[in-house]
Amino acid sequence: MTPLRSLAVVVMVVAALTLQLGVFPALAINGVVPDVVLLVVVALALARGPEYAALVGFLAGLLLDVAPPADHTAGRWALALVVVGYLAGLARRDARWSTGATIVVVAAGSFVGTSLFALSGLVLRDPGVTIGAVVQVVPVAVLYDLLLMPFVVPVVLAVMRRTEPVAARFGAVRG
Amino acid sequence: MPRRGVQRLRNQPDPDRRRPRAVLTLLLLAAVTVITLDARPSGESPVEPMRTAAGAVLGPLESGASAVVRPVAALPGYIGEVTELQEANAELERENAALHAELRKGTHLRARVGELDQMLHAADRQDLSLVPARVTSMGAAQTFSRTVAIDAGTRDGVLPDMTVLNGHGLVGRVISATRDTATVLLAVDAKSVVGGRLGAGSELGFLSGDGSISEDGRLTMELADTEVEPAPGDTVVTWGSRNDAPYVADVPIGVVTEVSSSPRQLTNTAVVRPFVDFSALDLVGVVVGTDGRGAREAVEASR
Repeated sequence: MTPLRSLAVVVMVVAALTLQLGVFPALAINGVVPDVVLLVVVALALARGPEYAALVGFLAGLLLDVAPPADHTAGRWALALVVVGYLAGLARRDARWSTGATIVVVAAGSFVGTSLFALSGLVLRDPGVTIGAVVQVVPVAVLYDLLLMPFVVPVVLAVMRRTEPVAARFGAVRG
Repeated sequence: MPRRGVQRLRNQPDPDRRRPRAVLTLLLLAAVTVITLDARPSGESPVEPMRTAAGAVLGPLESGASAVVRPVAALPGYIGEVTELQEANAELERENAALHAELRKGTHLRARVGELDQMLHAADRQDLSLVPARVTSMGAAQTFSRTVAIDAGTRDGVLPDMTVLNGHGLVGRVISATRDTATVLLAVDAKSVVGGRLGAGSELGFLSGDGSISEDGRLTMELADTEVEPAPGDTVVTWGSRNDAPYVADVPIGVVTEVSSSPRQLTNTAVVRPFVDFSALDLVGVVVGTDGRGAREAVEASR
């Protein structure tokens, strides 16, 4: 991991967070805002595998938990994004890669992420989380994430490719 | 034999598979630890310093991004607004005519309208000191909590447990504030409970939200006195807390639309439609005092 690459990942996560919390609320569908941070984590999982994506997912989720106007118990997004990053990374290993597969992984990641967040709310007895609200919100969130996917995932993949060290590039050819 | 070679490969433990699982376990435990630390009901959460730091760094970033995107996001609205205004105008003219007819019916009706008007302007009469602020970020529906971030913070005199209102009525209360931003818990959040006073009888009750910010979002008011029979159309204003925190008195909240009571229940319940449109919050005021002097004079023209 080069310093340049780490810096690129930090910049991408903060940019995604700013978009998700500062820009997209103005374009919300029924109050649902696309999970830009989740999309970045899924894209990183596709580029770097489960271990790395789970770690970035944890840190990015923690940031999402404490950034204003968050009011929920901290750690809930962190938990959800660790699982999303890990599962998306595993999927990369198992499937032969294609656009269709990316769509499926993003949809599944978005569903798992928003559902896990809601589920942790149910467990912690957050009064805002009801089954009815979850059923209303999760499908819209998945659709909105898919809508935004073509603008986020290729950018992240391109950045990861550009910042790849030369040695790793040869390694990629072999494996 | 090639087949046996494949077999041996399969039986070997894959070292690459084991390591990520250890990382996953470690990270999951870390996340659960954070949740446990933050969810403890008593005492100061160790996550709080992180929240303050995140607010100081990310708050201005969010405000900046939202200021850039606001005019662009408003553009389709402006175009649609013209036809919408024409329709609204026609409707208002009809309504106006109907109201005129109503008013002519008798003086008591006129008195009631006057009373309603008075109540609606309760905030004006009270000489509240308001710090104007813009909503920069709204909590997503996925988070299931109804909070907004505003671009005024401790630097402008905004502190936790201050009342937030706008031109229509009560918006909510400040739950946390950093230097440049503050987080507001909306009155419609499922965690929010507001003491309310009902109509002319000044009956007391508690209003709680249903977590919906859409047009059909409603507040539920539980009345303390079972003898009281609230009527649809009654206005609800804030009851007011000690030392004006978290709610100052006499801020209009909403109007009663439905009343339900059953003999088994100990309280009467009224459904209240809030005056504030929570889905389209923009400019709000934070009550920083009741002496008539604002800490920040006015909204800068450049914003």
